[in-house]
Amino acid sequence: MNPGHPGEQALVDIRHVSKSYRRGDQVVPVLRDITLAIPHGDFIALMGPSGSGKSTLLNLIAGIDKPDAGMLEVDGVDITAMHEADLADWRASHVGFIFQFYNLMPVLDAFENVELPLMLTRLSRRERRERVETALELVGLADRMEHYPNELSGGQQQRVAIARALISDPALIVADEPTGDLDRKSAEDVLGLLRRLNAEMGKTIVMVSHDPHSVESARHVTHLDKGELIPG
Amino acid sequence: MYLRLVFKNIFRHRLRSLLTIAGLVIAILAFGILQTVVDAWFAGADMASAQRLITRNATSLVFPLPAYYRERIRSIDGVTKVAISNWFGGIYKDQSVGNFFAQFAVDDNYFDLYPEFLVKPEQMAAWKADRRGALVGRLLADQFGWKVGDVVPLKGAIFPGDFEFVVRGIYEPKDETTVTRQFYFHWDYLNELLRQKFPRRAEQAGVFIVGIADGSRAAELSQVIDREFRNSLAETLTETEKAFQLGFVAQMEAIVTAIRVVSFVVIVIIFAVVANTMAMTTRERLAEYATLKALGFGPTFVGSLIVGESLMMTALGGAAGILLTFPTARAFKALVGTLFPVFNVAPETVMMQVGAAIAVGLAAGILPSIRAGRVKIVEGLRYIG
Repeated sequence: MNPGHPGEQALVDIRHVSKSYRRGDQVVPVLRDITLAIPHGDFIALMGPSGSGKSTLLNLIAGIDKPDAGMLEVDGVDITAMHEADLADWRASHVGFIFQFYNLMPVLDAFENVELPLMLTRLSRRERRERVETALELVGLADRMEHYPNELSGGQQQRVAIARALISDPALIVADEPTGDLDRKSAEDVLGLLRRLNAEMGKTIVMVSHDPHSVESARHVTHLDKGELIPG
Repeated sequence: MYLRLVFKNIFRHRLRSLLTIAGLVIAILAFGILQTVVDAWFAGADMASAQRLITRNATSLVFPLPAYYRERIRSIDGVTKVAISNWFGGIYKDQSVGNFFAQFAVDDNYFDLYPEFLVKPEQMAAWKADRRGALVGRLLADQFGWKVGDVVPLKGAIFPGDFEFVVRGIYEPKDETTVTRQFYFHWDYLNELLRQKFPRRAEQAGVFIVGIADGSRAAELSQVIDREFRNSLAETLTETEKAFQLGFVAQMEAIVTAIRVVSFVVIVIIFAVVANTMAMTTRERLAEYATLKALGFGPTFVGSLIVGESLMMTALGGAAGILLTFPTARAFKALVGTLFPVFNVAPETVMMQVGAAIAVGLAAGILPSIRAGRVKIVEGLRYIG
């Protein structure tokens, strides 16, 4: 199923969503009447110039921001109607986050950073350890578990962030410019990992990127401009 | 994980945290010492017995009472013992503060009323046998290096003349609240000299120390004693020893109040310092708090990280401050000599220090924690600290 056409099998179903921000007395529209469906297991890249609304759309999909109008369902659940506390629980179990600047806790080592989301679960210490070790092995950092973020390269930090995004086994992974702070080699490693997550583990990935080379990894590319989807 | 996060976060800005903790140490220490100074001021009142009354001239303490009142007070039902105590006010060596100490001319049975002064029987007997004998407190004897048999010259100020006393005994304190900084000699000896040189000032008492059998009858017996001398030339005012001592403290109430206020101001200042540290810390870490919230942690967890950090910092500073209070109090006591005969850090003071540290930690962390808890994830993620 192609993105842009709502359908029954969509993991993410967005209908007529609008969002604007207030700057002083001015209301600045950021997204206008967006309708988009992202099927299970898709890898979609959102592209567009600065201010086009792609990060805002990603934030709405991830449940860290709310639209002004429209409906947004993820796996059949209308997340726009959820209370903050319920939304936080939902994010913990349904969404994995990958940020441009990694957003790791600098005082925790790689193992602890990856373990962090599991603190919200009832898993035993042994179960947590097994999961974290598996996740770090998957991203090729089994030998860097005790390293702190400042002891890791940018690419390694982003791989720790990917392991953290995976650890609670979410259906949806959102990545905001995941290669924006990386050199070409590290960027390629990270994109390769995302492709594996999508192809081998069936994760649905929504990625925002400026970089035409990065979006080649995605199955579909959706363009935004001035808050509107560009039909492609 | 929570405690690890809190503890590791404290030392992310090592210099800032160490300076804040150093400030806390000084504040909690200063608070403890100032509270101990206030306690020391009240030490005399704390040592007062419920079974002792003080009878003085109703007009003013500076006016004496006739010595024969002693027998009339003793005859009152419920009174067990009565002893004269006269402030002597002599000068030892010179009028410097360091050489000042309290001297009293007392009846021989005075020490029967003060069981907290422990005197060896042979020394008590030697004192009673020597007209010029003196009993001195352990603290005072140690201060001036006096031993039994030493002669102590005093120049009379209230009672003119040169006096020489022989130390016949050194009394020890029953416990650490007992003040042993006084110098006692025979009222009979003073009275005899007065009879010879100033007959009109003889046969007079500064105050009567009145021992009573039942402390619960103190108010009633005070009234009975004062009624006994109503409409006489020298009416009396009888009160409990504690009330009498507090009357002295009240004369310096402004100073005591000022010390108390300063001790609490110190805590307010350190609160401002810790609150500033926590506010800066929170502002710098808004992106981290937003990340935690994005991962699913609630505002309560995020807020508790900040309050926990604030509390942990005040716990470290507070504990060090409390531990340092004890050696500092000893050093302070050594520095001021016998100005404060009793200068002990009370358990209540330690409890107040603990309470102050906890209160500062909670209060300093609460506002930044609310701010961090409320931060919108999208705005927090954009924040560059």
